[in-house]
Amino acid sequence: MPGNEVIQGLGLDDYKYGFVTDSEPVFRTRPGLDAEIVEQISARKDEPEWMLKRRLKALRIYESKPMPKWGGDLSELEDTLRQTYFYVKPQEQMERSWDDVPENIKETFERLGIPEAERKILAGVGAQYDSEMVYHSLKEEWEAKGVIFDSIEDGLKNHPELFRKHFGTVIPAADNKFAALNSAVWSGGSFVYIPPGVELETPLQAYFRVNQERLGQFERTLIIAGEGSRAHYIEGCTAPVYSTDSFHSGVIEIIVNRDAYFRYTTIQNWSNNMYNLVTQRALVHQGAHMEWLDGNLGSKLTMKYPSCYLMGEGAHGEILSIAYAGDGQHQDTGGKVIHVAPHTSSSIVSKSISKGTGRSSYRGLCKVYDGATNARSNVECDALLINETSRTDTFPYIEIDEKSATVGHEATVSKIGAEQLFYLMSRGMDEAEAMALIVRGFIEPIAKELPLEYAVELNRLIEMEMEGSVG
Amino acid sequence: MDDAPILKVAGLRAKVADEDLEILKGVDLAIKPGEIHAIMGPNGSGKSTLAKVIAGHPAYEPTGGSVYFRGEDLLDMEPDERARAGVFMAFQYPVEIPGVSIANFLRTALQTRLEDGEELDLFDFQELLMERMEQLEMDPSFAQRPVNDGFSGGEKKRNEILQMAVLKPALAVMDETDSGLDIDALKIVANGVNTLRRESPDKSVLLITHYQRILNHIIPDVVHVIVNGRIVESGGPEVALELEARGYEEYRKAHAA
Ligand SMILES: Nc1ncnc2c1ncn2[C@@H]1O[C@H](COP(=O)(O)OP(=O)(O)OP(=O)(O)O)[C@@H](O)[C@H]1O
Ligand SMILES: [Mg+2]
Repeated sequence: MPGNEVIQGLGLDDYKYGFVTDSEPVFRTRPGLDAEIVEQISARKDEPEWMLKRRLKALRIYESKPMPKWGGDLSELEDTLRQTYFYVKPQEQMERSWDDVPENIKETFERLGIPEAERKILAGVGAQYDSEMVYHSLKEEWEAKGVIFDSIEDGLKNHPELFRKHFGTVIPAADNKFAALNSAVWSGGSFVYIPPGVELETPLQAYFRVNQERLGQFERTLIIAGEGSRAHYIEGCTAPVYSTDSFHSGVIEIIVNRDAYFRYTTIQNWSNNMYNLVTQRALVHQGAHMEWLDGNLGSKLTMKYPSCYLMGEGAHGEILSIAYAGDGQHQDTGGKVIHVAPHTSSSIVSKSISKGTGRSSYRGLCKVYDGATNARSNVECDALLINETSRTDTFPYIEIDEKSATVGHEATVSKIGAEQLFYLMSRGMDEAEAMALIVRGFIEPIAKELPLEYAVELNRLIEMEMEGSVG
Repeated sequence: MDDAPILKVAGLRAKVADEDLEILKGVDLAIKPGEIHAIMGPNGSGKSTLAKVIAGHPAYEPTGGSVYFRGEDLLDMEPDERARAGVFMAFQYPVEIPGVSIANFLRTALQTRLEDGEELDLFDFQELLMERMEQLEMDPSFAQRPVNDGFSGGEKKRNEILQMAVLKPALAVMDETDSGLDIDALKIVANGVNTLRRESPDKSVLLITHYQRILNHIIPDVVHVIVNGRIVESGGPEVALELEARGYEEYRKAHAA
C-alpha cells in the first residue's frame, strides 16, 4: 500500500481525476498513533519540553473521548485512523516532480486558470512561488510594522512567550475529540501576530509561505490581532488539493482584541476520499469584529462550524459559508455564535449546494448568555438541490438565556426549476451553462465577498461541476 | 427563394408531455422574413403553447406536423440551439434568476453565440447594452439588478424586450408582452421592436396579444385568430378590429372542442 496509493478523485466527481502516485517519503511515523509517535513528532520539530507535555496530555484526552455520534457518518474513520501516518516530513511530501502530475490534473488547473506556480504548489511538487518578489516586498513592509507571519513551527521557535501565552487558549485540547487529536499531532499551519493599531491592506495569504510546511494534515494556526488592528488572512484555494491524505483535522485559533477587525477566508476543495474535521474559533473582544468566510468543496465528509465567541461589549461576529456536496459527499457545516457580553451582534449566512447523491447539512448554534443584554443574532441558511437524489437538512440550535436578545432564523430550500432552466436555454445557454449560472447566482451574496481571483476560480469550478451533472 | 418563409409551421400538433392532453390540434403558419404576424385568441386557446413549442419547452411534446426555421427542422433542436439559430421568445411570465444581474445574464447569452475560444468584447457589450437601455428608457442601474427578481409586471416585460433588443433574433415570438404595460411603456416597447426592424428590416415578429391597441404601434402584416388549438382565421389588420368589436363568440361556437 505505501508508495502506491490510489487517490480517488480530487473532490471532483466520478473519480475522473483519480490517479496513482509512486512517491516514497523519506521520513514518516509508522501508521497509527501512540505516545511514541507523538514523542517522535515533537523531537523532529525540536520542541521545548512544555509542548511535548501538552501533546502527550492531548493524546490521552483524544484516547479517552468517544467518536462523535452526531454530524456525519464516522463509522469507517477508526479504520482510516489505524492506517493513517500521523506525521510525514513535509519536505519529503514535496518530492514529486511536475512531470509526474497526471495530465488531467494539469488540465484541471489549466481550466481553473490557476497560475503556473500555484499549480505546482497545489500539485505538491513544491516549486518556488513566482511572485516571491512580491512576497518579499510585502514581507518587508509587514516586518517594518512588526507583523509576524510565520509557519506555526517558526512561531513557536522564534516567539516562544507570545506563542505559549495564547496557544490552546481559544481551543483547548479537551474541547472535542478532534481538537485533542490535533493538539497531539499538529504539524504545519500559520502563526500570525498583528500589533495594535496596525492595518494591513494586502491580505496575508498562506500561499506566500512556500518552502515551509503548508497545508498539513493536522494543520494548526494561531492568530493574534492586536487592539485596533485590521487584517485579512486567506487560506486555501478552489483547486482540488492534490493529496494522498484521507484525513484532515485542523485547528484554527484566533484572538481578536479590542476594536480590531479580522477576516479569515478559506476555500478548500478536498479529494473525495477525505474526512475533513476542522475546529475554528475566534474570541472576539470588546468592540471587535470577526468575519469567517468559509468555502467547503469536496471531501467525503466535512464537519466544520466556524465560531465566534463574543466576549466583550459590542463585539460582532459574522460567518459566511458556502458548501458544495457532490456525489457521495456530505458537507455538515454551519457556524456557532456565542453571545457572552451586552450589545453583541452576529450574523450567519450559509449557502449549500447538493448535487447527485450529495448531502449538505446546516448545523448551527446561537447561544445568548444571561446578561448579554440586547444581543442580536440573525441566521439565514439557503440550500439548493440540483438533482432529485440530492439532500439537505437543517439543525439550528438556539439557546437564549437573555430576555432582551433578538434572534432571527430563516431557512430556504430550492431546486433548480425546469422553468428557470428553460428560460436560460431559450437565451442560448446549454443546460450546463444554465445550471452554472443559476448556481453562481445562488452563491453570489457570498462570492462577491471573496477576493476577485477566488471568485473567478469558484465560478469556473462550478461550471466544471455542472458539466458533469448533465445527462 | 426570396419569398421562402423564415418560419413554417405545418399541421402542428402538440400535447402536454406527461399527460394525454392535446393542446395544439393542427396549426399552420408561414412567416416570411420581415413580416409581422399577430396571433389573437381567447384564454386557453393555445397561444403560449404554440410559442413554447416553437422555442422548445420540454413540458410539451409535438405529436404531429412540423416546424421549419430557415429550412431547418426546429423540432429536432434543443432550446438553446434554437436560440442560437435566431429564435427568441419573450415570455408571458418571465422567470426570476436570483443573484444573476441582467448585464451578466446578457453577456453570458451573447457569449454563447460566439465561436469556441472567442471572447465577447466587454466594451462593445457595455456600449450595446447601454444604447439599448436608453432606447427603452431604462435606468442604467437596472443592468445590475438580478434578472426579474422583485421586478414589477411592467419591468419584467420591458426586460424581455431589452433582451430581444440586445440579442437581435431573426424571429421574435412575443407572448403578451403588451399585457400589464402602461400606455407610455407600451409605446416605448413598440418603439423598441420598430427600431430593431428599422435596423434590420428582415427581422420577423410573431406577436401574441389580447389587445388591438398594440397593433396601432406595431403594424402587423397578418393577423391570425386561434381557437381551441387551431388557427381559424387569417387576414389583415382589420381582423383585429373586428375581433375588438365582436369578440370570439362566433369562432367559439364554430370550433368547439
Ligand atoms: N403544462 C400544462 N399542463 C396542463 N395543461 C396545460 C399545460 N400547459 C397548457 N395547458 C392547458 O392548455 C391550454 C392552452 O394553454 P395556453 O397557455 O397555451 O393558453 P393561452 O392561449 O396562452 O392562454 P392565455 O391567453 O390565458 O395566456 C389551457 O387550457 C391550459 O390550461
Ligand atoms: Mg398565454
